[in-house]
Order: sequence, then structure tokens, then C-alpha cells
Amino acid sequence: MWAVFWCVLKRDLLLALRRRTDVLTTLFFFIIVVSLFPLGVGTERQVLQILGPGVVWVAALLASMLALERLFAADYEDGTLEQMLLTAQPLSLLVLAKISAHWLLTGLPLVLIAPLVGMQYHLSDTQIGVMLLALLLGTPILSLIGAIGAALTLGLRGGGILLALLILPLYIPVLVYGAGAVEVSRIALADTEPYLLLLSAFLLAALTLAPLAAAAALRISLE
Amino acid sequence: MTFNWFKFASPASFYPLAGRLIRSFWILTGVLLVIGLYWGFFQTADQLGGSNPQKEYYRIIFIHVPAAWMSMWLYIVLVFWAAIGLVFNTRLSFMMANAVAPTGAVFTFLALWTGAFWGRPSWGTYWDWDPRLTSELVLFFMYIGYIALHSAIDDTRRADRASALLAIVGLVMVPVIYWSINCPDPTQCAALHQRSGLGKIDTNILFSMLTMTLAFWMYSFATSLMRLRSIILTREAEASWVQELVSQEHPQ
Repeated sequence: MWAVFWCVLKRDLLLALRRRTDVLTTLFFFIIVVSLFPLGVGTERQVLQILGPGVVWVAALLASMLALERLFAADYEDGTLEQMLLTAQPLSLLVLAKISAHWLLTGLPLVLIAPLVGMQYHLSDTQIGVMLLALLLGTPILSLIGAIGAALTLGLRGGGILLALLILPLYIPVLVYGAGAVEVSRIALADTEPYLLLLSAFLLAALTLAPLAAAAALRISLE
Repeated sequence: MTFNWFKFASPASFYPLAGRLIRSFWILTGVLLVIGLYWGFFQTADQLGGSNPQKEYYRIIFIHVPAAWMSMWLYIVLVFWAAIGLVFNTRLSFMMANAVAPTGAVFTFLALWTGAFWGRPSWGTYWDWDPRLTSELVLFFMYIGYIALHSAIDDTRRADRASALLAIVGLVMVPVIYWSINCPDPTQCAALHQRSGLGKIDTNILFSMLTMTLAFWMYSFATSLMRLRSIILTREAEASWVQELVSQEHPQ
């Protein structure tokens, strides 16, 4: 059963690496959004330190949401998705593989670039470390929950903006605790533990439930 | 005696029943509204804030609280019918979920709107990031998302099932969202809770509030059923019983 998981994962990664621009656009979108905020709100050090965690998280939310549209779109257009639905393997596992590949391509680069972005906002080293950890736990949740929305809006006109409408409210808990952890780490590092534990709990719950829901959504969309 | 529970699951037999029910629900709405508003305005303590006549604005709660309650309850009703529809594959359940959604969205908006009017004199601001306000706003987004997804899909069957799944996912997420807004700091959650209970409210105010809630409930029944009847007619336009109905009302 895991063979098919690796197979789909490898295939998606390979396809993406043949067309590297898709991965890079998401990353640069994230960097541009984050870099625009100081131009809008002013470059005062203290203001940026307060805004930083929230801005980075909101930008991550938007970037991962924009990338979601492509999660199933290509496979839907060339009919691969339909074949996946017909295989004897559990669909939720295939979906999980696709989501994992998607996260490796769009979520992980955001996590890795985050320290650089943190420096733009004059965050301290501990804050950057906590942000890295929180993003590492949080961005997979965004991909997992987002997959449900991507499956539901598959092939619809105006799918992208609709996806934002459906999915962004569901991202609120990740935003609250993700940004909260970074915020708290400014005062005491020990206080971040409950935030990170909650994010881990959300990740585990999303990991078990979201692929099932996304698979059900795909079946509805491709009926 | 055997009773066929599924008789009214067919749109054709539910349509006339809904027509008969709507009238009584409207009458109930009217009567309860009159009682609730009368009681709220003339039978409750005049100056709740002691000698401060400005506190009269507390009467907003007779609209605000029932609207907020109904907005939450109608989302549960929506998800209930959506789930029934997914499980039993009954067309009418999806139509029901569909008919409830706009009424729920309207109540959510009403709760937010009256909340702003309440906030202005009592907190000095129309909007505050109070947990209750924020959760209500998120609920409003959920209603809008459901309606938007449904209207974006042309194929009715897919629209019904997709938005039903979305509603269920939303209901699973609601407690988590509510909790995360309520306790932005996980270690100090309890401090943020407002302490209130129905038992602490003055009996006259409580009576008026509950009557208004019932009135809003009856209003929800009436409007949802009216919307349901139009949805049935639109979707079953090709069915013979609809054709007959139309030819009876508009003989050519």
C-alpha cells in the first residue's frame, strides 16, 4: 500500500521539478507580500517587530492557498485523476501523497525562507527559531485543509477566488496559534510550548481526517 | 398502523404540505413578535442602569440575542439536512439545507449589525475583536462560503453534495475556530470567559427574549419553507405534477 504512496509522491515531485517556475512563483509571492508590508505601514523597528509574526503567517496562508489551485488541476485536465479514482488503492492515501508532494514543493520552501524574512522584521534569533518550528508544524495543516477546498472547487469557473472564500476561515486556528507562538517567544521561550503542542495536535488531526474528506470531495466533484 | 416516514421526503407530496404550514408559521411569527416586543418595551425594568437613561439601549438584546442564537442553530440545522442528504441521497434534504442557508446568513448579519449598535454606546466602538463578535463573523463567512460554492456549481447534484460536504467540514472546524478565537493564549483561557447564565437575567427580560427567539424560529420556518417551495418548483419544473399545477393556476 505504501508503494503507491511513494509512487504518486515521486511522480508529483518529478513533474514539478520539470517545471520549476510553479514552485518559485509561490515562494516569490510570499517574499513579495512580506516585503510590501513595511512599505505600507512604515519601517519603524518596533512596529515591524510587533507586526512581523502576523504578517509572515498571513502571507504564508495566502501563498499556500494560491498554490492549492494547482493541486488537482493538472491531473483533472488530463484525466489522470479519474484513473486514480478507479484504482483499487484507497483514494485517501493517493490524496495524502499528492498533498505531501504539494507541501514539499510549496510549504517547505516557505519554511526555509522564513529566517530571511524574519530578519526583515528585526525578529530576534529565538523568535526566528520558534517561527521556523511553528511554520514547519503549521504549513502542512494549511495544505491538508486546503486540499478539501481544492477538491470541492475542482474545475469551477472562478475557482481560485471561491477557494479563498471557503478555506481562509478554516485557517484561523493555525493563524492564531502560529502567530501567537512567535509573539510569545519575544517574552519567554518556555511559554511557546502550549502553542506548539496545539499546532502538533491540529497537524495530527488534520493528517487523519483531511485526506478522507478530500477524497470524498474528489468523488463528488468527478461523479 | 404503519406510518410512512418517507412519504414527505418526496418533493411532490411535501410541496402542498409546506404550503399549508407556511400560513400557520407566519401567524405564529406575528403573534410571538407582538408579544415579545410589547413585553420587551413595556413590561421590563425601565432604567436598568439606575438613574442613567442612556442604558435604555439594552433593549437591543431582544433582537440581538435571539438573532445570534438562531444564526448558530440554523447552521446546525443546515448541516443536519446536508448530512441526511448525503447519507440517504434524498433530494428534498439538500433543498432544505439550501433553503435554510440564506435565513441563517441574514440572522448572522442581523446579530453583527445590532451588535455594532450595542457596542457603540456601551463600549464606545462599533467593532471590537471580542471573541463572540469574531466567532459570529466567522460563522457569517461560513454561510457565505456555503452559498457561494452552491451557486458556483451548475450541476445541481454536484452543487448539493459539494456544499453539503463543505458544511460538514465547517461544523467540525467550528469548535476549533471558536476555541482558538476564545483562547488566543492557551494557558489563560478561563480568564477570558464572560460569565453569564439564563438564571441571572430578570424574569421579564428573559420572557421577552425567549418569546422573540421563538418568533424568530417561526420566522425561519416560514421563510425556509417558502424558499423551499420555490426551489422545488425550479428543480422539478419538468415533472408532470408541476406542469399540472402551473396549468391549473394559469389556464391557457
